[in-house]
Amino acid sequence: MADSKSGGHLEDIQDSIREHTKSLVESVEAGDFTSAIQHVQNLSDVRDQSLYREIGRLTRGLHDSIKNFEIAISDKDADPDADESKMADASDRLDYVIQSTNNAANKTMDLVEETIPVVDDLKSEAAELSVEWGKLLRREMEVSEFRQLYKKIDVFLKKVDGSSNTMSSNLSNILLAQDYQDLTGQVIQKVIKLVKGVENDLVDLVKMAGLVERISGIENTQEVTDTADVLLAEGPIVDAEEREDVVTSQDEVDDLLSSLGF
Amino acid sequence: MKILIVDDFSTMRRIIKNLLKDLGFTNTHEADDGSTGLPMLKTGDFDFLITDWNMPGMTGIDLLRAVRADEALSHTPVLMVTAEAKREQIVAAAQAGVNGYVVKPFTAQALKEKIEKIFERVDAS
Repeated sequence: MADSKSGGHLEDIQDSIREHTKSLVESVEAGDFTSAIQHVQNLSDVRDQSLYREIGRLTRGLHDSIKNFEIAISDKDADPDADESKMADASDRLDYVIQSTNNAANKTMDLVEETIPVVDDLKSEAAELSVEWGKLLRREMEVSEFRQLYKKIDVFLKKVDGSSNTMSSNLSNILLAQDYQDLTGQVIQKVIKLVKGVENDLVDLVKMAGLVERISGIENTQEVTDTADVLLAEGPIVDAEEREDVVTSQDEVDDLLSSLGF
Repeated sequence: MKILIVDDFSTMRRIIKNLLKDLGFTNTHEADDGSTGLPMLKTGDFDFLITDWNMPGMTGIDLLRAVRADEALSHTPVLMVTAEAKREQIVAAAQAGVNGYVVKPFTAQALKEKIEKIFERVDAS
């Protein structure tokens, strides 16, 4: 961000150094050491000034990065009436996703659990009637039995009609229960955008902090230690195809376990 | 056959419960993590444990280890049903004495196979 400016500064600095060095050489050659020392002093001033200027520039950059980051995690600057930061808003949104997927899953399971006995009931009655119908076809049925079958079929047909309505309505409701996908998709996209923005600001911040450290001579001796515990739960693997340390199917799990003697 | 299902998501418990019902196992109980599941196991006389790995409180691997360390429970068959898919995790579960490992998302068929396999072995031993 400030690189184009520093290019100009750099040229100015190089020009001054060139000028002062030329004067220094001239003074030395002319034997004017008082003037030569003055030029050495000037050179030293140029170095100090450029250093101060660079630190000032970096500090401003760092300040801007911090400000951007704060705006991202807190919406209060943009809207003083907002009682929530963007981050808190994002977690509320994700809670909403959990809640609506949970509701949809339960609603779907309710309807499936309600439908299964209806289907089972029809299935067993149809099987029963089918046995009797076979008897009729083979002309093994008594007249009294036929009268009963006659009534049973009437009852069964009415039942099929009612049950079909129930099943059809349950299936439509199962379909409707999937509407969370659209809504949660939109919410998740917003949160992804926010996270990406925060990540970019954070990267800027780290870069600026690194530059300030380097130019001001602060050494960061703290080493980054990799303490990741492989057994720590990670949740669903979303990039399984690109990773070597994970299995991608139940078959691979079975192979791995059988290689261990399972 | 008394079965304990341990998972922090009620929908997953419900899915497993329904699949078990299809397989003829109706005596199922639920817990939402290891720390609520373990006391149930200790007092409930369960024949079989199905557990997730990633749960708040006590995780599934810790529950498995606690079960194996408890003299009264150490022979209870344990099936891990989890999204955790790192090879090291599967190896660790095997070393801790798991009887089966099913990765999520799973099919009804996969769950059925693993459960049947576990019972075959339990019956054989």
